Amino acid sequence: MNITVNGDELEVRSPGLTSLLRVLRDELDVVGPKAGCEAGGCGACTVLVDGAPRRSCLTAVAAIDGAEVTTVEGLGAADDLSPVQQAFVHYYAAQCGFCTPGMVVAATHYLDSGGSDDRKEIQEALRGHVCRCTGYVKIIEAVAAARGGNFDLTTTAEGGYTTVMTGDAK
Amino acid sequence: MNITVTINGAATAIECEPFDTLLAVLRRQGLVSVRYGSDTGETGASAVLVDGRLVNTDCMLAAQADGHEVVTVEAFNTAELHPIQAAFVAVGAMQSGYSTPATILGTWALLQEHPDPSEEQIRDMLSGILDRETAYVKPVEAVERAAALLRDEATEPFGPLVLPPMTDGRNPVDVDPADARPTASPAVPRLIPSRDVPEMAVVGKPEVKVDAIRLAKGNPAFTDDFEARGQLVAKVLRSPHAHARIVAIDDSAAVALPGVHAVLHHENTPRIKYASGGQSWPNPHPYDQVSFDDKVRHVGDRVAAVAAETAEIAEEALRLIEVTYEVLPAVYDELEAMADGAPVIHDEDDTTDIHDRDRNIVHHIEAQRGDVDAGFAAAEHVFEQTFRVHQVQQVPIENHISVAWLDSDERMVVRTATQVPFHTRRMLAPLIGMEIKDVRVIKPRIGGGFGAKQEMLIEDIAAHLALATRRPVKLELTREEEFMSSRTRHPQTLTFKTGVADDGTLVSQELRIIGNTGPYGTHAYTVQTVSGLRGLTSYNCPNKKFDCDVVYTNIPVPGAYRGYGAPQAEFALEAHMEDIAHELGIDPIEFRRKNWVVVGSELDIAPHLGERSVEEGELDEYPKVMSNGIEECVAQGRRAIEWHRTADPAWTTPPDRPNIRRGLGFAFCMHGTAIPFLDMGGCSIKINDDGSFNMLIGATDLGTGADTVIGQIAAEVLGVPLDDIKVYSSDTDMTPFDTGAYASSTTYISGTAAKLAAEKVRERLKERAAKLLGVEVPCTIELRDKRAWAPDGSSVSLEEIALDSLHMDEHEQIMGTASYVSPDCPPPFAAQFAEIEVDVDTGQVTVVKLVMAVDCGVAINPVTASGQVEGGMIQALGYAHCEEFAFDDDGRMVNAALGPYKIYRADEMPETEVYLIQTMEDSGPFGAKAVAEIPKDGVAPAIRNAIRHATGARIDDLPFTPERVWNALHPPT
Repeated sequence: MNITVNGDELEVRSPGLTSLLRVLRDELDVVGPKAGCEAGGCGACTVLVDGAPRRSCLTAVAAIDGAEVTTVEGLGAADDLSPVQQAFVHYYAAQCGFCTPGMVVAATHYLDSGGSDDRKEIQEALRGHVCRCTGYVKIIEAVAAARGGNFDLTTTAEGGYTTVMTGDAK
Repeated sequence: MNITVTINGAATAIECEPFDTLLAVLRRQGLVSVRYGSDTGETGASAVLVDGRLVNTDCMLAAQADGHEVVTVEAFNTAELHPIQAAFVAVGAMQSGYSTPATILGTWALLQEHPDPSEEQIRDMLSGILDRETAYVKPVEAVERAAALLRDEATEPFGPLVLPPMTDGRNPVDVDPADARPTASPAVPRLIPSRDVPEMAVVGKPEVKVDAIRLAKGNPAFTDDFEARGQLVAKVLRSPHAHARIVAIDDSAAVALPGVHAVLHHENTPRIKYASGGQSWPNPHPYDQVSFDDKVRHVGDRVAAVAAETAEIAEEALRLIEVTYEVLPAVYDELEAMADGAPVIHDEDDTTDIHDRDRNIVHHIEAQRGDVDAGFAAAEHVFEQTFRVHQVQQVPIENHISVAWLDSDERMVVRTATQVPFHTRRMLAPLIGMEIKDVRVIKPRIGGGFGAKQEMLIEDIAAHLALATRRPVKLELTREEEFMSSRTRHPQTLTFKTGVADDGTLVSQELRIIGNTGPYGTHAYTVQTVSGLRGLTSYNCPNKKFDCDVVYTNIPVPGAYRGYGAPQAEFALEAHMEDIAHELGIDPIEFRRKNWVVVGSELDIAPHLGERSVEEGELDEYPKVMSNGIEECVAQGRRAIEWHRTADPAWTTPPDRPNIRRGLGFAFCMHGTAIPFLDMGGCSIKINDDGSFNMLIGATDLGTGADTVIGQIAAEVLGVPLDDIKVYSSDTDMTPFDTGAYASSTTYISGTAAKLAAEKVRERLKERAAKLLGVEVPCTIELRDKRAWAPDGSSVSLEEIALDSLHMDEHEQIMGTASYVSPDCPPPFAAQFAEIEVDVDTGQVTVVKLVMAVDCGVAINPVTASGQVEGGMIQALGYAHCEEFAFDDDGRMVNAALGPYKIYRADEMPETEVYLIQTMEDSGPFGAKAVAEIPKDGVAPAIRNAIRHATGARIDDLPFTPERVWNALHPPT
């Protein structure tokens, strides 16, 4: 079997019924997707399969032979965070950070498919993702801000990040 | 291919490549006790039992193990230590412990066949496992002990043999030939206590090394024993030329090879100048290296590096890199390199601070006390003698290895086999364009270093590749690279000129050295200044001069090697002094005694030589010798070697062996303890709920026993057993700063830091105890046996104090942090004796026995101290006798493998005996001075002087190979 992970076409040798999550983490060393429950209940393992969010823990790898998989690692580059990642940084949307990879992937899909900055709609879009730390407040704030594009994180000369406000912070 | 191997009792199906070694497959299976030493079976570090026989897995294909039974030391690891492991732990049979798992398996196989083996059988078994640290002395003892344990015989606790002193510490004695030598196993240190040293609970005791059990079990401990996800393997393309310019480099085929993740060379790596020696800031100039240069300056120099999925892919990629060289003339000899017309090795514009670039002279060093020329004019006798010493390598059984990765904060983490983690962090950061705060260097267990790892040698390559690939990258040198591309000892040409009065008093002494630093000046300045220091400090003399040129050549790079510049200088000095004594008709020991430094002697040239030398007039007073046990060393050593035989001319010529001449030789040794005002160590100690302590130290145990000794110092202060001090070293994120493991500094400097930190903790414990016990004056409280005691006999346990302070009342973390730098450099002293035989027909020298009696102050742990002396002597024996780099005409080393490069095996060892002469050095922690390097100083001159005694031949070049000795015995007429 072959799958393309974040642009790299890779051969998969694990048995076909192995979950995509285990293939990613254990065979391919892609550890962004997290094993929170391995029963589809938490969303921490969410990845995009051919552009659609999937619970990788419930997806047998044989079922997606030939598919394109995008994990949180594929969203930005180390020195060039995606807008959702920038927003998560700016709005303190991660506490322990374990749910963050799934949240970021789901939020990215939500916004890419035209989701609005309406708090209720964001909440609805992320309803399958469990967070035990933040109370979701700052996560939703971050996704809304990413939609609004009203700030920008840029790299400083010293290698840190600084926030440039580009509009009204709501 | 698929194979099935029974590993430690379990049938295991393994998928492997046909070319995979059994070593690679076993390590992939997580059996990390099986260790890499070379690819060709010489080190034995990789040995396991295959069908009950000891086999080197580095030169056995995994496929050959198909259907066979493999046992590794992990099979022995049950709840109780196996008796063989227990025996190795009990006698301190490991230093770094890198090859201990293999040794334990060999012992098991031997004892299966021979439950009561002879020493010869034991040494035969051990002969397949090279050991650079213990001189096999304590391993032999451990095997004997293991055999006794397995036969259910009772064994005594292992510790020193305590002997009465033979002198009053100051005055010489004549040794009565009838006075019997003490008898005990050679592994037992002979300890001569000093009345000035009080009895202590933990210090001075033969405590088991804190890491002994984990090493005997082969637990994951070394750099390569942990593997990160997605770890890539790096390989380095090495120069085939001794001196060449890289005209073009085409990496396109290598980059295109599937599985290759990065190819780095001078065209795609920043050119940042540095000096690789692991030394204090600011590192001595010149900064004559860059990570990848457009010029190569020795065979084995760096050209490019590759990171790939596997070692095989990386090696294939190296073959695909096309390099076009413009080969330049090369020069290898230090005298030729200074001559007119020699090729200029550093002709680039961006290396500054070279003393005379066009003559390849990197440093010119001078220091003088008094007026040597006036001294020579006034002296009744003047002697001049020139010596040449050669190039050898440290040969740690664990080669250099580094793993670099970006952590989750994208900081650079380097887990690396280094003696200098803090220097490495500081030196690495600018090379990879990161700040020091974003670099973390972790030193796990190290499989020996001996100075080779006092370098930032390969960390930059691993880190550059980790940055380029954003994956963890491992770079491990092969044994061949360890020889040709690591570090070595500086060859030198040394000339002593000495003026002596009729009565044998030194009047004037000059030492001129031409030092060969190869193509880079790492440690060049400091090694040669230590040569000057050690060459001109042992003996009092009113007029002294050191004059030195250090030159670039195209040999593999010299650097730091245990002893630094001392073994070179003390070989020359002690040979020179021996010959002068004979010329003057004075007993050689008596002649030295007339001149050697004693308590109160001023070490007047010392401050003018070294990493931070001072100018004339900068000092109010010169350092003095404050403790000196040399008379006791000489008396004990003379008795042990039966020196009275020198008075019997017939002894040298055994009548039944007409081709043999026997001889005894002596050398006086003096070393230093740390670099004053420079070497610094830090320590942090905190209490835990159960009254135990965590101790964090920057000091770098590389097998020396530093963690144990420093732990003992803290345990003594805190009144707890050593097991209650959990020592962690060293990690630049976690532990306080330490300059590192070099310059014989760790016990003295880092040990004092630990003592000071423990004293701070002790003050808090006393305060808290006084409160709990209702005592008004806390300073009357004493700590012992894990309790705090009031004068009235009431007490409270440290656990109760800990629980009270952490959970109950006026909460605080009882902790203490301290650091130490010393204004002093108290010299250890030693008497080195050698007994040898010379075959006058072949020139073969056989070393029969080596005795070293060392004054290292108070040995904090007499067993580990004696292990340092044994191992150091045997490295020094190799230097004197059989180790030597050999080159072809193009500067390529032709013996870059163990075997052709000869280090002593267990079955070739002379008898050794170690005497520890206690003195009280008030500046040291509990009286300690250094012991690590002084064993390197006296073996070569003692053997040289013994050859002179046996045959009359005076050999002033090292090593004493049969050819050299034969030529000396048959001078051209």
